[in-house]
Amino acid sequence: MRHHRITALFFRHIYLYRRSLPRLMEVFYWPLLDLLVWGFITVYLAQFRQNLPGFITFFIGALILWDILFRSQQGISVSFLEDVWAKNLLNLFASPLSYAEYIFSLMLVSLVKLVAVATIMAVLAWIIYSFNIFLIGISLIPFILNLIVMGWAIGIITTALILRFGQEAEVLAWALGFLFMPVSAVFYPVSVLPLFLQAVARYVPASHVFEGMREVISSGGFPLGELLWSSGLNAVYIVAAFLFFRWNFKIVKRKGLLVRIGE
Amino acid sequence: MFEPVVEIKGLTKVFGQLKAVDNVSFTISTGEILGLLGPNGAGKTTIIHMLLGLTTPSAGDIRIFGLDLDRHRREIVQDVNFSSSYVSMPNSLNVRESLRVFARLYRVKDKEKRIQGLLQAFEIDGIGSKLVRHLSSGQQTRLNLAKALINDPRVLLLDEPTASLDPDIADKTRSLLKSIKKDRNISILYTSHNMKEMEEMSDRIIFLHRGRIIAEGTPSEVIRSFGRKNLEEVFLKVAREEHA
Repeated sequence: MRHHRITALFFRHIYLYRRSLPRLMEVFYWPLLDLLVWGFITVYLAQFRQNLPGFITFFIGALILWDILFRSQQGISVSFLEDVWAKNLLNLFASPLSYAEYIFSLMLVSLVKLVAVATIMAVLAWIIYSFNIFLIGISLIPFILNLIVMGWAIGIITTALILRFGQEAEVLAWALGFLFMPVSAVFYPVSVLPLFLQAVARYVPASHVFEGMREVISSGGFPLGELLWSSGLNAVYIVAAFLFFRWNFKIVKRKGLLVRIGE
Repeated sequence: MFEPVVEIKGLTKVFGQLKAVDNVSFTISTGEILGLLGPNGAGKTTIIHMLLGLTTPSAGDIRIFGLDLDRHRREIVQDVNFSSSYVSMPNSLNVRESLRVFARLYRVKDKEKRIQGLLQAFEIDGIGSKLVRHLSSGQQTRLNLAKALINDPRVLLLDEPTASLDPDIADKTRSLLKSIKKDRNISILYTSHNMKEMEEMSDRIIFLHRGRIIAEGTPSEVIRSFGRKNLEEVFLKVAREEHA
């Protein structure tokens, strides 16, 4: 693993975002719309739910956190698609770059993008709804890190599937993250799910993050159990994602698919 | 002559029912330009991709600089590079930025000087700040070639490098490649559908047909073995027999 190859790829994407207004808009446009639409709905509903404490905090907090997961996944898969669309993949993989260095560089890009998005969303939430995410507490930070790692794991799996099944699988870059949304208990507790989905949710790191977030908001306590579950599951997810990518990369090279997607 | 830098033995690639490359063996010596010739689907590009480790061979051995490609790929490709008219540079970056990315990937020392030298050599130094997607196809081809030389490779794999160049720039590019080969003694594997170019550029030619080598030697030896006047006629004979 060489840092100069990771930074080379990192700069390749930074150059792109620095220059391309449409790409830059894509990073901020959807989170901003989400925040506006869901934020105002939450403010409206809060008028009828005065007996539910922290209603706005629950919803806007959940919204921002879900966006962190989603953007972290997209930071991997959409950045990979940039190389596919640019027909540049063969040039990259003909160099000494390894698949692991490639993925690490995309993680770095993803991290920078979502720090930018989260900052802007937090500032806007404060300006528009007087919602200060930092009031939830510093204990939220390890949960946020877990969301980022889960987003990376989904992004790596998405990328492996696009490599394997070609450009017709591109839609997964936007769709796969949402597959986890119903069982991540983003806007409702796991207990409202049917029993079989509760069982599934137990093995989704994000569900423990959102359950933990609700506990932090409602009681102010630190949900260590949820954090440990989430971190343990994420360790399994990220290792499994890397192994899945490596396995697919070998198949892709054996079948000559890298060449087809790269040209 | 010179010691071989690329040694291929029994190289085979099977895609399902199709044998794209069938038991191909050859060497490329230091400072030699080897032309790979053959109709579409003959296996030229597949061989180049296997030499870069982008496609895994079904059978056979590839040794470059005396090292096994399968086990020492990263070490080997540090001194190898390629250019293909079918592969692009990042099109939302400008010319200098895209070369900088590859200079970093190959850990080139004194990047800016190297980039400037290559831009001048390929006569594209005036468009350093132009976006890649706004380049003409000829300019893009020259940028691809500049990228292929960014790491000062010892082995260069060129897949139709002069496709889409006008005759003037194509001629300048060939001259430049020949002078680089002479000055740096690099080995080049070259494919082209321009038979005149293959005759002019290649020290030796391998003629592929349906994944197999059907002729090998200097251009004049290959032409003689088919009883024709030039490579163009050899190519047409093989291609038309295939379609007959």
